[in-house]
Formats: sequence, C-alpha cells, structure tokens
Amino acid sequence: MIKSLLNKLGFASAPFAGGITPDMCKWTENAAIEDCPLPPLFIVPIKQHIGQACSPLVQVGDLVLRGQKIAKSEGYLSVPIHAPTSGKVIKIEEHAIPHPSGMGLTSIFIEPDGKDERDTSLAGLDNWQTLDPAELRERVRLCGIAGLGGAAFPTFIKLLKDKRNPIETIILNGIECEPFLTNDHRLMVENSAEIVHGLQIIMHMVDAKKAIIAIEDNKLDAINAMQQALSSIGNDTISVASLPTRYPQGSEKQLIESLTGKQVPIGKLPMHAGVLCQNIATVKAINDAIMLGYAITDRIITVSGDAVPKPTNMRVRLGTPMRFIYAQRGLENFDGIQILHGGPMMGERMRHPDIPVVKSSTGLLAITDARIKPAHQVEDPCIRCGHCSEVCPISLVPNLLADHCRNDQLEKAADYDLFDCIECGACSYVCPSHIPLVHYFRYGKGQTAQVRREQSFAEVSRLRSEGRDARLQREKDEKAAKRRKVRDTLRSESVLNPDNDAKAKTSPTTKDKE
Amino acid sequence: MSAISEFGVILLSAVLVNNYVLTKFLGICPFLGVSGKTETAIGMSFAVMFVMTLASTASWLVQEYILIPLDLLYLQTIFFILIIATLVQFIEMMIHKVSPVLYQGLGIYLPLITTNCAVLGVALLNVQQENTFMTSALYGFGAAVGFALVLILFSGLRERMEGAPIPDAFKGSAVSLITAGMMSLAFLGFSGLVKV
Amino acid sequence: MEQLLYATLSLGAFALIAGIVLAIASKVFHIEGDPLSDKIDALLPQTQCGQCGFPGCRPYANAIASGEVDVNHCVPGGERTMLSIADLMGVEPKALEEEESVPVVAFVREDECIGCTLCIKACPVDAIIGAPKQYHTVIADHCTGCVLCLEPCPVDCIDMIQKPELLEHWSWPLPDTQRAQLGAERRESHHD
Repeated sequence: MIKSLLNKLGFASAPFAGGITPDMCKWTENAAIEDCPLPPLFIVPIKQHIGQACSPLVQVGDLVLRGQKIAKSEGYLSVPIHAPTSGKVIKIEEHAIPHPSGMGLTSIFIEPDGKDERDTSLAGLDNWQTLDPAELRERVRLCGIAGLGGAAFPTFIKLLKDKRNPIETIILNGIECEPFLTNDHRLMVENSAEIVHGLQIIMHMVDAKKAIIAIEDNKLDAINAMQQALSSIGNDTISVASLPTRYPQGSEKQLIESLTGKQVPIGKLPMHAGVLCQNIATVKAINDAIMLGYAITDRIITVSGDAVPKPTNMRVRLGTPMRFIYAQRGLENFDGIQILHGGPMMGERMRHPDIPVVKSSTGLLAITDARIKPAHQVEDPCIRCGHCSEVCPISLVPNLLADHCRNDQLEKAADYDLFDCIECGACSYVCPSHIPLVHYFRYGKGQTAQVRREQSFAEVSRLRSEGRDARLQREKDEKAAKRRKVRDTLRSESVLNPDNDAKAKTSPTTKDKE
Repeated sequence: MSAISEFGVILLSAVLVNNYVLTKFLGICPFLGVSGKTETAIGMSFAVMFVMTLASTASWLVQEYILIPLDLLYLQTIFFILIIATLVQFIEMMIHKVSPVLYQGLGIYLPLITTNCAVLGVALLNVQQENTFMTSALYGFGAAVGFALVLILFSGLRERMEGAPIPDAFKGSAVSLITAGMMSLAFLGFSGLVKV
Repeated sequence: MEQLLYATLSLGAFALIAGIVLAIASKVFHIEGDPLSDKIDALLPQTQCGQCGFPGCRPYANAIASGEVDVNHCVPGGERTMLSIADLMGVEPKALEEEESVPVVAFVREDECIGCTLCIKACPVDAIIGAPKQYHTVIADHCTGCVLCLEPCPVDCIDMIQKPELLEHWSWPLPDTQRAQLGAERRESHHD
C-alpha cells in the first residue's frame, strides 16, 4: 500500500525487497550486434524450451530450408523446432545440450549448403490489426517462439486472451540486470521500431490498455532509443519507465513489484495480477513472426568475459556450437577457463564448449579460473551475519534453508519455503563465508522432487497391487459361486427329475465330487 | 493485593521464576527424553499440563477432605501417587486413540509421567505451602505451563543443533546437557522478578 | 484399630472410584484396527517385492507397527525410507541390512518368450501384459523392479535392466565443498 503510493509519487528508491548491486561489467554495451557466420555443422536439440520435448519430423538425408519445421511439438507446453539454415540432415542422435547435468538429448545435425535459403511457406500478416487474436497466437506458436530472456517458456501460452484474468498492463522487460549481458540492451538501441511494433501486436492480442517498457537507468541510450521510437508513432498508451539498477530486478515477479507495487502470490502467474511480462528479444521475434512469417532461427547472444579477447554481441543461429562462437571472438584454448551459459549470477557452468546454443542462451561467458571465486575450497561456517536474508528478494532465510538442505531435512526446508526461491544467487554473492547457498537449494529442490516422485509412484503401485488383490479375490468368489450354482441346479434337477440322474453324473462337477 | 493480581503473581512465579525444570530441577527425565522433536514436545507438554493441573486440584481435595479429617497424613504419598497414576492412565488411553503417532513418539515417557517428580512435587508443595483450592489449581497449571515452555524452547534448540557441526566429544546428550545448563542460567535471570 | 479401618476403607474406596473411571475411559477410547500401520504403509515404496521377508508392503507395515521387526528391512526403500519410518516410530535408525541397489525394471526378451503367462501371474502390480502363446511385455512405467517374475519364467527370458536416467529427473548433487561433504559423512556415520 505505502509502497505503491511511493511508487506513484515517484519515490521508488527501494522497489522490491532485498537485492544487490554487483559490478555490472557491461563491457559490450557499445558493441554493435555482429552476424555470426554459419558454422560447418549445426546441432539442433529437439527441446529448447520448458515443457515437453518435440519429436523429429525429418530423416537423415533430408534437405531442409531455413525456418522449416524439423520437429513438431508434443503436448501443450511445447513449441516446434525449426532448421537454422538450409542444408542436409546428416544424422539424428544424442548430443550434449546446455544443461548443468552435462547430459544429452536427441539432436538433429544439419550440414549447411551455404545458400541459406529461407522457407517461405508462412506469409507475413500485415493486416494483423483486423485478425483474430487466436490466429496470431497460433502463428506465434508455429514460429517456435519461447521466452528469450533465459527461461524459454513457450510464449503463446502467455498470450492467451482470458476473460477470467484480463490483462491490463503489459510490461516489456528490458531490465537485463545480470552483469556482462548486453544483448537486450543492443537490441533496444538498434531495433527499437520493431520492438515497439511487436509490442503493439501483443497489446492487440491480449487487449491490454497500456504497456510499460522497463529499462534500468544504466542504459540511457536504450531509454532514449525507445522514447524516440514511441514519439515517432505518437502512441500514448506505451510508456518507458527508468528503474534504478538493482539485481534481480529483471526477475518477472520482482519487476512487477517494482512497477506496480503488486506482489504476485506464490503459485500464481503474473496474469492473475492482470500483468503480462515479455522480454525485449521475444517481442522482436513476435514482430518478425507476424510481419514477415519468420520462424525463430537466431537470437542475440553476448559473448563476453575476461577470457574472451574480443567481447561483443552477436546474432547467432540456434544450434551453433559454442566452440565455433568463441573462436569467432578469438578464444580457442579453454585451459583454465570456465564457460558459463547465461549470466554470471544465474547461468550454468558448461563442462566443455562442444554444446550448441539454444533459445534460452542469453550470453556465453568465458571467465578465467583466477577470477572466479574458488568457492569449493573455502566454504566457512555460517557466522549468522544475516546478509543473505537482507538481500533475498523473496525475504527467505537462506542460511537456515541451506542448513536444512545440507542435512536432508527436506520437510523442514519446504516449511521455510524452499520452493519459493528463484535461485537468483544474491545470497551466495554476498555470503562472507562463501557458502554456495543456491547450490544447496538446488540440491534440496531436486531431492524433494525425487522423494515426491517416488511417493507418487508408490501410491500408483499400491493402487495397482490392491486392485490386483481385489480382482483375484473376485475371481475366486465368482468361481466358488459358479460351482455352488452348478451344484445347486444339479441337486434340484435330480430331486425333480430322477431320470436325469445318470446324465448329471457324467458332468464334470459331480464326477469331481465322486 | 487484589485477588487477580495475586493470581497473576502466582502464575508468573510458577512459570518463570520458580520454573520446575530449570530452577528446581524437577522433571528432568522427560525434559531430556522427549525434546528431540518439537511436535512430540508439544504433545508431551499438553499431557503434562492436563495431569499436573488436575493432580494438584485433586490432591488438594483429598488432602482437605480425606487425609486431614481422618488423620491419615501418613498415607499422603500413596494417595497422591494413586491420583497421578489414574490421570496418566487416562491421558495415555486418550492419546492412543486421538494420535497414535504422538503415542508412538512419546513412548515410555508417557507412562513415566506417573513417576515424574515435577507432578508429585507440585502436589506436595501445594499442601506444604497450605495453598487454597484456587491457588493450588493455579500453581499446578502455572508449573505445567513453565514445563511446557522450556520443553518446547529446548526442543526447538535441539532441532537446530541436529544440523550443526558439533565436535565429536560433545555429540548427543553432552551438548544437550550443556544447552540445558545455559538455559537454566538464562532463567536464573528471572529471579527477583516477583516477590513470592 | 479404628485408624486402620479408616485408612483401608478410604484408600480402597478411592482406588475403586479410580478403577471405575479408568474402565469407562478404556471403553470410550477403544481403538479399532491399527492406524499406525497405515502411516507406515504410506512410507513404504510399495514394490511388493517381499525382500523384507513379508509377503508385501502391508504385512511388513503391520509387523513394524506391532514392534515385531526392525525398521531396516526394506531394501528398495533404501536409507530414506528407513529414516522416515524410524522417525515416525521414534526409534533409533539402524543401518540397512543390504546395500542399496540401483533402480531396475524387468525386460522380456521377446524372441525367447514362449507365452506361458507365468510371469503375468507373478507380477504384484499387473505390470506385465500378454496372453497365452503371445509375447509378453513389461510396462516399464509401472514395473517396481521387484524381480518376482524372474523365478517363475521357465525359459529365463526376463532381464532386469537399469532404469534409464531421464534428463527431467536429474537433480543437482551436493556442492563439492568440504563442509557439504562433511555433512554427508556425518549423516552416514549417524545411521551406523
């Protein structure tokens, strides 16, 4: 209440609880987006989003075009996968994907033919203003768009026009609060017109009354570019909000709290608060899908870190191996270097660079071992300084949570709201004892999920076992009843009709008795 | 002193100043035995609260209307134990019916309330101090609340200690006793809070 | 003499009243069945494998509830199940009798299967499908890995294969810091 009042008056100095202000290291903020050349081989995993994996539509030897659908979605929470360039499918087999486990997933290997021909089966929908939102939504799904901010949640699901939860405000997330990353920043500077146009399209789709483009105040050129783009079209339902630089402001729920003062309850979605959040790059992709009929085949990636000789922002085709991208920027020897997929706070360490980039790849960092805290050697005891609780954007108690996770006290950890943690890493960042708090939370969450899985499996097994016992008992009872019936009829027949006695004696039941 | 403020003083003194566990050192056995988990500790607290309050009132009645008129004071302990044992049997059956898990968790400590010196202690102190009926009931209830308070606090501490890195030599009951000692020191700070 | 009479009478009368109260209470609080074994049963993995020496999970739960057996006989449940039962029962955890094994599922080599339906009858969770003289196959999602189908098979065509590790089911390990590892070691030594 007070917070929203302060927000209205423009005193949004403490927009959301907690948060940190790390060294932002935005070295590439002035580096114009460069096109990454085509690699000799594309590796396209059949799942690049949150949800169900796709199933391949192509076979080895098939020729594909850029933007051609090569894997179709299975289930609702899924979007199709498209070929990043024209070329030939040379094999379909398991290959490592950007995942902390280092495990693999079925991937489609495409050898480019160099022509880079585009599949033109989908036409642009220039008349989108007159079209039914459902049709536009289907186009967004067909073009394989998933949130490009890092989570890769299938975008079409969020664009549902739902009478029960009408969307009032669209928040365009240009916060980019992770250190190093500048991909959204550059996109806003260079493609502001397309972004605003895409925003108008989604406003039409969900019938939103207003939209806010949220940008942190360390990106003044982006703020200017967006304001210019807005004034050139003379739209007054869209505004640009400049927010103080603070991590993790770019997290959906924290951003909504910063802008509207509303907290989205745990277990609810932003749409329950009448808000729709979209990432800058996603909106650009929606614009391309509607206006040009382009499926998503590339994305902007920041290549940075102190081990990269020439850091920059690149437009990279999905499926390009990381090693190839690093080589473009002068990094070829990976000894003593850690590769991060995503930003330094929430990104995941990759075990080797022979992994393709996917829809969720926001950044590729390469950092020397010397610069990364050797955390695994120096975890000291907790000194109860309370810094972790101060910076937690969800107001959890990280030190206690970590204790419970470490000791497998999973129920207690759940009591302390382990599952509300967004794994932003603010607590680990400030911990003076270098406790890898987020790592403990991930361990605790994984263990809890496994226990729950086992419990539900046990429940199903118990039902099946009980069902089987009941069936066996029923069969036994039925047999007994049948036998009794036969016996009864025989007896009554022999009483009524003694002539049949001899005949009845030949029946197996009576024979058995004898 | 008005009656209400007198009752307040009795309660306060029974709960904090003359805490049975940490100041009089009575009832240490369940204090250490069932403080492993907070849920069990809460169950135990309610059981003791029930037994202690009823035992102190019933023993006052017995003292006043049977033992003194018939001049049978030498049977005091036997009578009191009989009352306590009956109450404990009763609550044991009730817990077994209402919460089998709590019953399992309390284990042997539930029937052992019978021999809990705090319960008998309250009954005996009541008659020694020649309390009235109301004050004995309050005194019994206050003592039970004090027991519940420290038992639950202690179980919370022990749950935290479960995950703490404790040196090998101090593991188990050693660190529990040290903690209990420190709690006792802390409760010493309440002495002088009220004039009894 | 009179004193003695009073003492005996009053004590006797008092004991009688107490006895009557308790007798009534025991009628009121009479318990049907054993709710505790339900709770234990809910913690067991329901593989119905019989490795605990009982014919299924339910009988084992009943035996634990009545205090006949220790809590450490459930092999597929592993340490976690043992700990949660020990916690529920309020007893000290005991080390498992057998090593924890990797989760497995049964697999029928179809070219060797003669379609005798014996394994179908043995499966406690109806996870094998097939008909007489037809190949049988195991529904891997429902197989509990109890190995009860191996013994009746006349041609030994059933293998136990390791459950495939799924990407969705992967979970983070503990951090490799010394303190995290200390925690893990302490947990283990605590159970021995």
